Amino acid sequence: MERVIGDKIPEFNRKEEASEPGLAGLNAFGLGGSRTHLETLVIILVAVVVIGGTELLLRIFNVPQYILPKPSQIVAALFTEWPFLWPHLVITLYELFVGFAIGGAIGFVLAAVITQFPFVEKVVTPYILLLVTTPMLALVPLLILRFGFGSEPRIIAVALASGPMVMINSATGFRRVDLAKIALARSFGANTLQIFTKIRIPMAMPMIIVGLMVGSIFGLLTAIGAEMVGGAEGLGNRLTYYSALIRMPQFFAIILILAIIGISIYIFFYWLGKKWASWEA
Amino acid sequence: MAAGASERPKMTVEAATKFYATRSGSVHALDKVSLDLREGEFLCILGPSGCGKSTLLWSMAGLHDLTSGQIRLGSEIIVGPHPEIAMIFQDANLLPWRNLAKNVALPFELKRRRPDMERIGRLLERVNLKGFENKFPRELSGGMQQRASIVRSLAVDPSVLLMDEPFGALDAFTRDEMNLLIQEIWMETGKTIAFVTHSISEAIFLADRVVVMSARPGRVAAIYDIDIPRPRPVEIQTQPDFIARVLEIKSRIDHGRVASERLAIV
Repeated sequence: MERVIGDKIPEFNRKEEASEPGLAGLNAFGLGGSRTHLETLVIILVAVVVIGGTELLLRIFNVPQYILPKPSQIVAALFTEWPFLWPHLVITLYELFVGFAIGGAIGFVLAAVITQFPFVEKVVTPYILLLVTTPMLALVPLLILRFGFGSEPRIIAVALASGPMVMINSATGFRRVDLAKIALARSFGANTLQIFTKIRIPMAMPMIIVGLMVGSIFGLLTAIGAEMVGGAEGLGNRLTYYSALIRMPQFFAIILILAIIGISIYIFFYWLGKKWASWEA
Repeated sequence: MAAGASERPKMTVEAATKFYATRSGSVHALDKVSLDLREGEFLCILGPSGCGKSTLLWSMAGLHDLTSGQIRLGSEIIVGPHPEIAMIFQDANLLPWRNLAKNVALPFELKRRRPDMERIGRLLERVNLKGFENKFPRELSGGMQQRASIVRSLAVDPSVLLMDEPFGALDAFTRDEMNLLIQEIWMETGKTIAFVTHSISEAIFLADRVVVMSARPGRVAAIYDIDIPRPRPVEIQTQPDFIARVLEIKSRIDHGRVASERLAIV
């Protein structure tokens, strides 16, 4: 009963904070924390052994190129094919950036606003969950019918895929109301906007960054998928093109580019988390 | 009565009554609580948990509305946070994403004023936190965190300090240190302080007057004048006179509790 009286507010929050994984998940891939020289060496060694071993085995067993190309062929294809590939890379990145910017911005604002009104949040959440769990790729043929074969349907699909991810994670962050910290700001005369910018947003920041990261990765998947479904441009479209021609080294060169994009996104948000949300990790 | 305390009320609480609406019904937290916080005085509000002492303090800070009754600062009715009143919370309540310097600068930021670096520097020096400006709260001990929060509140130079069980989470030794420090700061600055605690000896050690509250609903059960001369050393807590005061207040609280339990049974 006494809890209602405000005596125990900080305890409430501590419990809540403890149950929140926050950025801890970012460390799962081993990028977190300091790594010794030995660990770095072993990681590089593993890569060398795996790539070299694959090359060797493919050569020994004389595996045909159309089943599995050798690593050396993939790298060679990446360089020879680059002049034809980079315009498609630009298109894919453009779709990803624009779609993610639109979806992420809407998702963030929606999360910030909705969490202030518990009733609205309860009503809206099931529909957001529906958006999160439904593969937006399924909508692409429909979007193409309406918007044609340009970038628009794919940008919309990216926004639809990334927005709900950003929203649902940011909302989790904004829901961590620390009444004592808000009271602290109010006691120094803070207005609603200041409470938002100085307390609520920094408090939600670890989860916002997780949302941005997951959302952008989902955006990348959706952009590639949408390009494979329809249209004549983008790295996804090139994947279908090269696989139809059984030009496997080129096909795998694109997979390599996509892997690099994915890792870059991850590293960027990891760095952002270190910068803005390291207090929780 | 010690130091600069006068009979003039700095803050007046008049018939403060508070009901909370909860899921399981309405909770009667405060029942017609009336008391004066005198200019320059160190007042301790003492009571068992759930007696509404924090509610009373939060209402004085303008952070809670009252159901009925009135709280005034001088002649001004308190309806919201007031620049003359600063609150010090349980567990320091520092923002974990800001370093010490930025935590202390928060009140200035919220008031859109340039931080008074000279005053902040002097205060940090006073509480032995000089050189820790770039540390984050998690890198500081509990006592250091609470000292930082005291600096944060004093930095904007309020005339009233409201302290909500500020040292409750500290170990006994750190708690003694903090009690000495807050006594010194009070004697140096002449601030008016209302200090909520559930430790009888802490209340007697610090206070000019101890307000004892009873629980459910919160009422003022008794007010004790503590005329022990200052500065009071920590060892004073082992002296017979001090212990006699503790026992007197303790029996008063126990008595009150028995009475209310009997009521509950009826």
